[in-house]
Amino acid sequence: MQENIEQLIQNAIPDATVIINMNDGVHLDAIVISPAFEGVTLVKQHRMVMTPLKSAFGSEALHALALKTYTPEKWKNR
Amino acid sequence: MSVQERIQKLVDDNKVMVFMKGTPAQPMCGFSSRVVEVLKRLAVEFGSANVLDDAADPELRDGIKGFSDWPTIPQLYVDGEFVGGCDIVIELYQSGELEKMIVGENAE
Repeated sequence: MQENIEQLIQNAIPDATVIINMNDGVHLDAIVISPAFEGVTLVKQHRMVMTPLKSAFGSEALHALALKTYTPEKWKNR
Repeated sequence: MSVQERIQKLVDDNKVMVFMKGTPAQPMCGFSSRVVEVLKRLAVEFGSANVLDDAADPELRDGIKGFSDWPTIPQLYVDGEFVGGCDIVIELYQSGELEKMIVGENAE
């Protein structure tokens, strides 16, 4: 599932850097960095990542996914 | 009134409105609890609706997901706009943006 998620995000946002950590086998941390997030509200950034995942897995399966999105600049300055 | 109209009214009537599992005094989920904690720290007034309270509104839990096209609860609304769920609320709180959205640009 971890590779699938990575691939789906990559397909949706081709220039994204995707970092996924599964800490305990249940909870997933995903960090997505992309210039496509420039000037986009956080909620829209999350939608850009979550919408393709939602259609693949359904909403319930993704309850345990903690998502962080960054523009390259925000990532550098975090 | 349909559930979508009931949600719209709650969002219109409350400048800050949170749809959550449980109540602010007794949250039933860690994510809902964290959003309430943030609002308490900002010391702002907010309205809340418990999506698990079927006696109050059995359609709310699914209705709110359709309203925002967002799959999870809690959900925070400010000035009628959907802000986000737990992760986004915490991030906006930490960057100071949430306070600006609620209190205005003059907030210090």
